[in-house]
Amino acid sequence: MGRVLTFLARTRRPGRIDWTDVLAYAYLALGVVLILAPVVWLFVSSLKTQRALVESDPRFLPYEQVMVTLPGSTRPVGLVEWTAPDGTTRIVAQIRPSGADLIVADPAKPDETFTVPRRATKAHEQVRARTENYTEPTLQGGRMGTFYFPRYFLNSAFVTVVATLITLAISSMAAFALSKYRFAGRDTFMFLIVATLLMPATVILVPLFVVVMNFGMLDSLWGVIIPGAATPTGVFLLRQYMLTIPDELIEAARMDSASEWKIYYRIILPLALPALAVLAILSIIWRWNDFLWPLVVLTRSESFTLQLGLSSFKGEMNDATHYLLAMTVLTLLPVTFVFAFLQKYITTGIANTGMK
Amino acid sequence: MRWIVLPVLAALDPPMRWIQRRIGLARLPYVFLLPTMLIFGMFSFLPAALNIWISFTGGSSTLVSARPFVGLQNYEALLACESIFVPKSCPVSGFAFWTGMWNTLAFAVVQVPAMIVVALATAIVLNRKIRGRGFWRAMFFYPVMLSPVVVAVVWDWVLKRRGILNALLTDLVRNYNELVAGLPFDVSMAPFRAVNWLGDAGTSWPFFWVVFVYSWSHLGFYMLILLAGLQAIPKDLYEAAEMDGTPAWRVFARITLPLLMPTLLVALVLSLIRAFQVFDEVYVLTGGGPGTATRMVIQHIYETAFVSDAKLYGIAAASSVLLAGIILVLTLVQLALSRRQAGG
Repeated sequence: MGRVLTFLARTRRPGRIDWTDVLAYAYLALGVVLILAPVVWLFVSSLKTQRALVESDPRFLPYEQVMVTLPGSTRPVGLVEWTAPDGTTRIVAQIRPSGADLIVADPAKPDETFTVPRRATKAHEQVRARTENYTEPTLQGGRMGTFYFPRYFLNSAFVTVVATLITLAISSMAAFALSKYRFAGRDTFMFLIVATLLMPATVILVPLFVVVMNFGMLDSLWGVIIPGAATPTGVFLLRQYMLTIPDELIEAARMDSASEWKIYYRIILPLALPALAVLAILSIIWRWNDFLWPLVVLTRSESFTLQLGLSSFKGEMNDATHYLLAMTVLTLLPVTFVFAFLQKYITTGIANTGMK
Repeated sequence: MRWIVLPVLAALDPPMRWIQRRIGLARLPYVFLLPTMLIFGMFSFLPAALNIWISFTGGSSTLVSARPFVGLQNYEALLACESIFVPKSCPVSGFAFWTGMWNTLAFAVVQVPAMIVVALATAIVLNRKIRGRGFWRAMFFYPVMLSPVVVAVVWDWVLKRRGILNALLTDLVRNYNELVAGLPFDVSMAPFRAVNWLGDAGTSWPFFWVVFVYSWSHLGFYMLILLAGLQAIPKDLYEAAEMDGTPAWRVFARITLPLLMPTLLVALVLSLIRAFQVFDEVYVLTGGGPGTATRMVIQHIYETAFVSDAKLYGIAAASSVLLAGIILVLTLVQLALSRRQAGG
């Protein structure tokens, strides 16, 4: 134990690399492999044919049998590699199976068919990324059974954008009031906002459903957007930041007879932009990834968000793994891009607020 | 963005100016607080109160006024067990509730310490003088960004019976056997037989993988909090210790750990609160199966209220109230801890 702690706690003396550094980098590298490998495997799998997925082709790259259309025919046939009894290998086109044999022909001379044992052949493959897995469920019609990607995508985007705008607007107003005014009951309001931390949606699922239903927001995206629009985390994050904005700025604006609303949107909002950005990023992640509450509110598949559509597609998928994997990649792409460009803000923002 | 937002805000100026004239500056903060408090009131406080009321009512109506008062019946259905440690001795609803409760408890007890230990180790490694710290930190944090559904699909694809993990292990054992075949003594292993990681009812594998996948996707968040805590420890303490030639493990035990303790406690309690609410990842990954091996209490609440034909809102609400009690205690502990941390 002592040795392990020694290793973990040691900091390097300048200019020297010792074995603890090697271990540290090895640990980090192993961690990154554990984190990235499943995601990368999902991505390369999403470029394979449904057949390769069903057969659980363990090869890394997406392989696909080469297909050709023989002259005098409209139906494409697959190429196979045939190892003749003399040990030579030829590439022939598979016309049709016949029991344990295959009827094949030289692609150049399609009329001269001959029979070879199936055991002596194997599919002639090439590496090809099957982008159809992506385009077919999205661009071409988009309806895969009950799975309707473009609709789900738009629903998710609508929920994410509108909910984030509402959250930013009302949280910044509340934070402005709580940080820049002295008024009766201010501490009570602060207490009430903290108290909502005790009532996460998971423990008030049934009554929340009843309330939303009585507002007529069931099966509506507004039923997903509104209940979560006010967040104690958001209000506190912004309040802490606004406390650092000097009151003199507000006093000066009041001298110029600016209205309080103008002070809010002309002075406070622009100065609180870094905190607003953090809250915006958090809200986008929360909303895009939200699952349980939409699952309760949205029952008709037309109003599903991407997460709901994906999970119900996973439940019913039998012969469409290739679409499921491709659509999963499309679902994780937006957050991945947001993260790749903004990871510095996100990680420092979360480290500072300690909330997710 | 600016061009859309600013005109909207400017257009709101005249009405807000009018309100300010009508009610005066002193009461204006209430107007600013109104939207947030309205939403909290309707979608947090009202449901919290309704939750308790619904837990004393029966029937399947969603109209609160149409629900008959049944007293403690729902709680009896959950708690009238010979022993709550043996879910089978409970009534039907109690069986589902306590199965979920004990699963959730087992999950929390295993998952929280395991994840926090790994998160702490990662944070400590990242706190060293490491090249590319930003890159590593981002990499470990990345899974936190992924949605529970995506996480479940990713791991389901890796873990299925004919998935890549089984293929890799089969290969590994075969290569190992080929390697040791030439040795004079027999150290070969039995050929690896593919395991149904998420569906094998007789084993603990489904539970293990649920814990693993959940930790995989949440670890980065706690690593980040702990790293921030580590970086807040004054550097001169370490410099002084180094000058005294204090051994590194002692520096860890006497400086790092005590000064990190507040952050560590917050991380522990926060992850405990989350663990008691675990649902999304597990539900999509295993659906609570095999059997009821990974069925958590939130799944019981969700299915009792919204999936079963009977729509037993009362039972679900009573279960929520019992769960809310646990969350309440944990959250109060967390708030007390973060207040102490902020104060000290």
